[in-house]
Amino acid sequence: MQIRVNGKDMSIEDNWTLLDFLNSLRLQEERIAVERNQEIVPRENWSMIHLSNGDELEIVRFVGGG
Amino acid sequence: MTDLLHIAGQKFHSRLMVGTGKYASNELMKESLAASGTEIVTVAVRRVNLEQPEESLLHYIDIHRYTLLPNTAGCHTAEEAVRTARLARAAGLSNWIKLEVIPNDGTLLPDPIATVEAAHQLVSEGFIVLPYTTDDHIVARRLIEIGCAAVMPLGSAIGTGQGLPNPERILRIIEEANGRVPVIVDAGIGSPSDASLALELGADAVLVNTAIAKAQNPVQMAAAMAKGVEAGRQAYLAGRIPKSPVASPSSPEEQKIGN
Repeated sequence: MQIRVNGKDMSIEDNWTLLDFLNSLRLQEERIAVERNQEIVPRENWSMIHLSNGDELEIVRFVGGG
Repeated sequence: MTDLLHIAGQKFHSRLMVGTGKYASNELMKESLAASGTEIVTVAVRRVNLEQPEESLLHYIDIHRYTLLPNTAGCHTAEEAVRTARLARAAGLSNWIKLEVIPNDGTLLPDPIATVEAAHQLVSEGFIVLPYTTDDHIVARRLIEIGCAAVMPLGSAIGTGQGLPNPERILRIIEEANGRVPVIVDAGIGSPSDASLALELGADAVLVNTAIAKAQNPVQMAAAMAKGVEAGRQAYLAGRIPKSPVASPSSPEEQKIGN
């Protein structure tokens, strides 16, 4: 299954939840925020959202800034 | 009586807000924050780098000690800024947002119309909005009227270190705010004397990033900025003398010898 993450195409397992995908990136401990198809997915819903072919994700975090 | 900075119902002792960008290392940033005595630090929101995982900035920022103020830096439109603010809040650490809407024209000067538009939307969504704005008091008035928690006029353009070339514009905004919300001079502060001037004028706080991060010794400069802010605040409370075109001697005119 193909999804687009932070502007890059990626192949992932079918039937993965958003949480499965984030765990595969080892990001679960980070203070991150996730948008799926331009909608924020609250942290408590990560395990309930099943990713679909063609989904577009934005995964962000805090970096240094003024 | 303790002199506190009030923002959106929260109280702070320090009137120096510090940015976390441009430091040579995260360690240096952490030490500089500590030396500055700041209680509010800004951070930016960016995509996670999937190819090359990087250490989390938050390993170096004690979120129990500092209030995090995420920004919308890099957003050129109101829509982008609102989207970025929602992501920042979803990270679960803060519903405060330093709103920046800056057109992609190389000046780093804010788009005041888009800023008001985005601020309106974000206030309606329950954000604590601290907008970076021009030194125009009418724009500041609008931002205050729609419910922003502060106004953050620029001293001069971001990263220029030119200080406050137009102090009377800042003064006009302070008069406009009239204590309703804090006025925080953001951008352009290059030295402790610039920070001091902002506070002497009656600004409630300043936000400094580049001037600390790019100093030859950032930790020492952070401490110096804290003193500049403190001196300016004390001077404001003490009430400076008016400027006069006429000289007046400090020593007695009477009982001079040889008369």
